[in-house]
Amino acid sequence: MRQAVREKLARMSNDEQILLRPLVETSRSFYIVAGLLAAVTLWGMFAYYLQVTYGLGRTGLNRPSYWGIYIICFVFFIGISHAGTLISAILRVSKAEWRRSITRSAELITVLVIGFGAIQPIIDLGRPDRVLNVIFNAQLRSPLLWDVTSIGLYFISCTIYLYVPMLPDLAIIRDSGIKAPRLYRFLAAGYRDTPAQRARLERVIGVLSIIVIPIAVSVHTVIGWIFAMTLRPMWHSTIFGPYFVMGAIYSGIAAILVAMVVLRRAFGLQQYFKDIHFDYLGRLLLLFSLLWFYFTFAEYLTAFYGGEPGEMRAFWAKLTGPFAIPFWTMVLGCFIIPLSLMSRRSMRTPRGTLIAGIAVMIGMWLERFNIVVPTSVNPRWEIESIGQYLPSWVELSIMAATFSGFTLLYMLATKFVPIVSIWEIKEGREHSVREVADRVAEYLPESA
Amino acid sequence: MARWGMVIDLDRCTGCAACEVACKSENNVAAVSVEQADMGRASSWMKVMAHVEGEFPDTTMHFYPRPCMHCDNPPCIRVCPVQATYIDDEGIVGQIYARCIGCRYCANACPYMVKYFNWYGPEWSEAERQHLNPDVSVRPAGVIEKCTFCHHRLQKAREDARAEGRELREEDYQPACVDVCPTNAIIFGDLDNPSHAVHTLKDDPRVLRLMEDLGTQPKVYYLRPRD
Ligand code: SF4
Ligand code: SF4
Repeated sequence: MRQAVREKLARMSNDEQILLRPLVETSRSFYIVAGLLAAVTLWGMFAYYLQVTYGLGRTGLNRPSYWGIYIICFVFFIGISHAGTLISAILRVSKAEWRRSITRSAELITVLVIGFGAIQPIIDLGRPDRVLNVIFNAQLRSPLLWDVTSIGLYFISCTIYLYVPMLPDLAIIRDSGIKAPRLYRFLAAGYRDTPAQRARLERVIGVLSIIVIPIAVSVHTVIGWIFAMTLRPMWHSTIFGPYFVMGAIYSGIAAILVAMVVLRRAFGLQQYFKDIHFDYLGRLLLLFSLLWFYFTFAEYLTAFYGGEPGEMRAFWAKLTGPFAIPFWTMVLGCFIIPLSLMSRRSMRTPRGTLIAGIAVMIGMWLERFNIVVPTSVNPRWEIESIGQYLPSWVELSIMAATFSGFTLLYMLATKFVPIVSIWEIKEGREHSVREVADRVAEYLPESA
Repeated sequence: MARWGMVIDLDRCTGCAACEVACKSENNVAAVSVEQADMGRASSWMKVMAHVEGEFPDTTMHFYPRPCMHCDNPPCIRVCPVQATYIDDEGIVGQIYARCIGCRYCANACPYMVKYFNWYGPEWSEAERQHLNPDVSVRPAGVIEKCTFCHHRLQKAREDARAEGRELREEDYQPACVDVCPTNAIIFGDLDNPSHAVHTLKDDPRVLRLMEDLGTQPKVYYLRPRD
């Protein structure tokens, strides 16, 4: 860090010093990790280059397993994106004060992960060169087109929803002059934090956080519908829309928790991501593990009780057949581990939630695997129920690159914007404490 | 307007697979390597499926030649995001190779598993190349293809009939598999035209259609074996 920058930083408030430090100071390990991630990402890009040159034959896909890793990752990543929007929007709308330090990091996950999720179906295309046909020859009865529309809308609204609440912080950076003055003058877009501007900002955020909720719900509903609209065993199910939305939020909470633990360690944010945050989010995770069980149980019991032969082939393939390992690992990761850890107060700590969060993420990835693959290889047409699917190294490399690419961009983003919203913390200190006291007083009966 | 359909008499089918071979050479379907075929990547627009009934040693075996059913209510066309698969007004379900983006959604939506994907571009030996059918377009890598009821033959037959100033006759338009079947197990024609054989056959008491309960209304009818 240069001397001039250090002096400027020293003149700022305590919050600003801590939260802006990552923007001007980068550790050695940051470069090492970033370098490794970049290498993995480049490797994945090379794999994709091979796939484009030679054809989708480079994957492990076949007939009848037309879909595989890419579609699983698509559902998984778009699912994670529900972290930011829903959590931060719902917490904002419901005036949950403890949200203040976690909204930014969550919203950032959302925007990046939508991007990485949305490219998955394009990677999966046999003719990526013709992707614009979905606009030029749009066929509105196709659930894939509903998806294009709703994900497009989602991406735009989430980007705005990330950017607008960032304005005051960008203005703080611009005024402090600690980094790239011209860039931040542009980004801050003339925001001066006058009372009028602030009032307008809060109004816009209020409106956005309401708009963004139905859009987010629609996105994962429609993704569930891609499967549900076909007549295939264990796909053709009315529960899929809500089931996918619930799963998306679940994996989103897990992703926030993991990100928070990492950020807290990496940037020394113990003061911002406090035990109480992990406790609250851990409770939320607990709630969703129960919801997950309820939905999954309802879905499988209905299929089992009906006992339709086509359904039963996919059903037993999962429970006891070739997919028993991914299936029961999913149950372990999505239900048993988070339930047994998060139901204990002593485990709703950074360490406990980290373990539960990782278990849930793995479990939710497997849940998507268990939806896509067993049905694919067990089509209703019994005579061809002999399919198999083994992903190729190309698919696995591209998947690794997606994970590393996302992490890399997230790391880079922490170098450009404070990962905890400075102004929201400040607002919390200056106004909310009083506001909440007033609010609580309002709840109570007038004392005589 | 014609409504083209097919009746397959399972009593007559011997499982010789001549229809499969005829279809491949008629429609320029490239063969793939053994490894690729083992992975499930061989294309066979017409495929003779073997169906075994009973417990060993009291078994009977039947063969179901299976082309695209050309459903009247095809689940495959609804899901295509770019309308690259469609049903024309004579009931033939077609593919637009130049528009397909290769998402394989239609392949997943078809309950009969008759959509084939070009995992790689087609490869032919020099000798094969000289015998490609000029009437059928060759598909590039990355698109879906399937049985078209040899739609190109219909176009040709229609032109011929027009040139000769007459109506299209039943025998003018017959797909390659029908032409080649040594036992005449496959009968093809206009389901709505009383002078065509399929018109009466489709109401035969032996008739069955595959997975009819899904509401797809397939236009390929099977005549149940008589034991
Ligand atoms: S059999 Fe399959 S491919 Fe053919 S029309 Fe019906 S759904 Fe479409
Ligand atoms: S693979 Fe081609 S024809 Fe089939 S749904 Fe996708 S774009 Fe349409």
